[in-house]
Order: sequence, then C-alpha cells, then structure tokens
Amino acid sequence: MKVEGLRRTFPGNISVLAGLDLDVAPGSFVALLGPSGCGKSTLLRLVAGLDRAEAGHVTFTPTLERTPGERAPIAYVFQDAHLLPWRSVLDNAALPLELTGVPKAERQAAARAVLEQVGLGDATERYPAELSGGMRMRASLARALVTHPRLLLLDEPFAALDELTRGRLDDQLRALWRKLGMTVLFVTHSISEAAYLAERAVVLSRRPARVVLDRTLELPTERTAALRTEAAFAREARLLNEALEQGEHW
Amino acid sequence: MNRSTLRAAVPPLVALVVLLALWEGAVRLLEVPRWLVPPPSAIGAVGAHEASALLGGAITTGRSALVGFGLSAVLGVLVAVLLASSRMVERALYPYTLFLQTVPIVAIAPLLVLWFGPGPRAVAVSSFIVSLFPVIANTLTGLRSVDPSLRDMFRLYGARRLATLWKLELPAAMPHLFTGLRIASGLSVIGAIVGEFVAGFAEGSAGLGILVLGAYRQLRTDLLFAAVLAASVLGLVLFGAVSLTGARLLRRWHPSAQGT
Repeated sequence: MKVEGLRRTFPGNISVLAGLDLDVAPGSFVALLGPSGCGKSTLLRLVAGLDRAEAGHVTFTPTLERTPGERAPIAYVFQDAHLLPWRSVLDNAALPLELTGVPKAERQAAARAVLEQVGLGDATERYPAELSGGMRMRASLARALVTHPRLLLLDEPFAALDELTRGRLDDQLRALWRKLGMTVLFVTHSISEAAYLAERAVVLSRRPARVVLDRTLELPTERTAALRTEAAFAREARLLNEALEQGEHW
Repeated sequence: MNRSTLRAAVPPLVALVVLLALWEGAVRLLEVPRWLVPPPSAIGAVGAHEASALLGGAITTGRSALVGFGLSAVLGVLVAVLLASSRMVERALYPYTLFLQTVPIVAIAPLLVLWFGPGPRAVAVSSFIVSLFPVIANTLTGLRSVDPSLRDMFRLYGARRLATLWKLELPAAMPHLFTGLRIASGLSVIGAIVGEFVAGFAEGSAGLGILVLGAYRQLRTDLLFAAVLAASVLGLVLFGAVSLTGARLLRRWHPSAQGT
C-alpha cells in the first residue's frame, strides 16, 4: 500500500493531513501512533475509501479491486464494536458476507468458523446486549475477518477495554495475523500495545500529521506477556515515547 | 401472576378504590344531581345494563380505529422512508406533514363526510389523519439516528440502498417507530370518536361516539360516563397490544423493552 501526498482539510480550514506519504508492505503489521486528533483515523478512513482526500492518493499493489469470487478485500474495525444489536452474534459475524451476496448456509458456516477462531464458538446465538465488552469486540473482529480481507484496518479497537481483556485480545489479534497473513494497519494511543503487536511503528506528529518516526521494531516474532518486561521491549517503548513527545511540539 | 407483577398492580388498584369511594361518598353526601355528576355505582349499573350496546359501540369504533391506525402505520413508515431518502426531500415535504399535527379534525370532519359519505369509511379516515403524524415524526427520527459507523460499514461492503434500508435503517428505527405507534394507537381511537360525532350516522351498530352524543342529548350522564370509560378501555387495549408487540420484538436488544 502506498500513500502519496494525502491531503485532507475539514470545515473551518482544519488541515489534518497535508501531504502525507507512507508505504506499507503486503502482510506487514503496522501500528500508527500519534496525538489525539492528529489524523490517524482520517488516514484509515481514506485508505478504506470511506472519505475523499482533496489531493494525493492511496494505491495498492497488487490492486485491492475485488477479484472475481472475492468477498471484500478491506475490513475495518471501529473504536467501539458497533454490532447490530438486533442480530445474534452469528448473524453479525455473517453480515459482510450477506451484504456481498453469499448464500445463507455458506455465510453461516464461514461465520461459525471465524467465531470459533476468536473464541466465541459458544456464543453464536447470543445478542450483543448479552455480551461483555471484550466479547463484543471479539465479535466485531470476527465480522471483519469473515471475508478473509487482504487489508485489515483497526481504529483503536481495544481502547475501551480493561487491561486484562485488552492484553488477551492483543494476543489473539497477533495470532490471527500470523495465521492469516493479511496486512494490518492498527491505530492506537498505547505505546505498549503498539510495541507488543506490530512489526513496524509509525509515529505521527500533531496535525497536520507528518511522520516523526517510522521504525521496524527490533523484537522477536514470538511475543508473550513476558516480552513486556524485557529490555528490548523497554527500549522500543522509550523510542516510541520520545517520538510521540517530539511530535507534540512539531 | 407472579409476586412482582402483583406488587406492581396493588398500588394503582388501591388508589382507584380510594378514589371511587371518595367520589361515591362526596356525590351522596353533597346530594349532587345525577345528571351533573353520577356516582360510580350508577355508572357501573348502567354499564352492566347497556353492556351489549357499549360492547357493540366499542367494536364499531375499534374497527374504524384499527383501520385508521393500520393505514397510519403503513403510510407513516413509507412517508418517513421517503423523507429520510434525502435532506432535500425532507426540507421540501416535512413542513406539510406538520399540517396533520395542527389540522382541527372537528373542522374538517364535515369535509370527510362529503368526500367519503357518512359511516365507517369517513370515521376511519378521521382516525387515520389524527394518528399519522406521530408515526412519521418518530420513524423519521429513528431513520436519521442510525450510527454513522454502521453506515460506513455498509458502504465498505458495497451494500445497496435497499439493503441498507432493510437491514440497517428500519431495524435501527424500530424503537422510535414503536414510540410513534404507541402514541398513534391512542390517537386513532380519539380520531375515530371525533369522526363519529360528525360522520358516524350510518346504518349498522352505533359507535361509542354516537353513544356519547346520544347520552349527552338525553342528559343520561351515567351512560355518557360509561361510554367514555369504554372508549378509554378501547384505547388502552390498542395501546397495550402495540406495546406488547414492541416489547416482544425489541426484548432481546433494546434497553426500552428489557425487563418488560
């Protein structure tokens, strides 16, 4: 994915992106960090095609045009779970396939499989109101993964969860990424989460966003909770923190 | 009936008994003429004596109210969907739907007789006009309140306009729709009775509006009270049926229906 000269200004002449460039290799896991309101979510929306830039463009190689038989190449996980409250977990997870015209039996089988993967195999008939915050977020993740997307965009998906649940979901997300091999662009405010999850971290300045740091993290591929106490992790976290502070004053 | 239902029912029942006792006592003690304020016992007696006329009236009025309410529900949702289709359409048409809210139904009832003839058809139209606006206004609010992130998700997966309406907007608007339907259910009975005052004179069983008018003209205030009570019960039955349907449909996912 190549982002070139992306420019987006909101009413009131608020310039959020003023010519941002970014390259993301296929299959990589990239964490996007930056101060609140710096344009991280705007960047994600532009990549997803949910918003239009005044200038610049996002290109994908190979192209992310839907290939014949492909369900949806891009998936998006929002800040909250945003499930349809009137649908069961199974029907929520199957929704993207339903919208892309997949027959009922096929989409339900696919949704069951992905719900098993995120640990919700026994909650398929429950409704969102009957789930905990962590379970709702896992259902949201299942809905995003059900189409086997090539690009997964996550906008602070676990921000509202408690530390323990967040840690578990981080592990689950990383395991799914390693298994499925999609490209992941993960927006977060948490330095620790970014360092734990990603292969590469991009730190943006306050708006209009510019890249303060673009770093491939020097951490092992296998990541467990013990990593968080190691010196290499602390070093990466410190570097990200310094970049964030630097970005605040740009 | 479980214990919590019983506990909820006792206070209003006690209040009703106390109120009726006070009413009965005051009317007897102050020797208020029966044609002015009849005691509850007299209203009960006439209600029992005229039970078949009251029941027939309730069925006649109820039928017209149901037709009016049904039309409001269907057309109200359709109009709301049309208005929600674009801000331009809403701006152009919504002010005119406000006429439905402000139109004095008593004043236009004679027109309904001219257009639809005396009888149940004009009464049903009166009921329809009075009950339409709350359905439109509430459904429109519901359609407009859909979570923008969910709209984004539907766009991301290339959902067609009809799929977005059917799978996202209408279900999301259901709580608001049922609020509108509950208001409309009570109004439909009021609209039917007002319609009967002007347009209800036709062959067949007399509706409650006709019974009210007849009792008033004969100064049979006890019958008038009984007919008004029957109209209230009719409104409550319709309201209860709509509330129950809403509660059943929304029970598992909307806070307004949980614990009902």
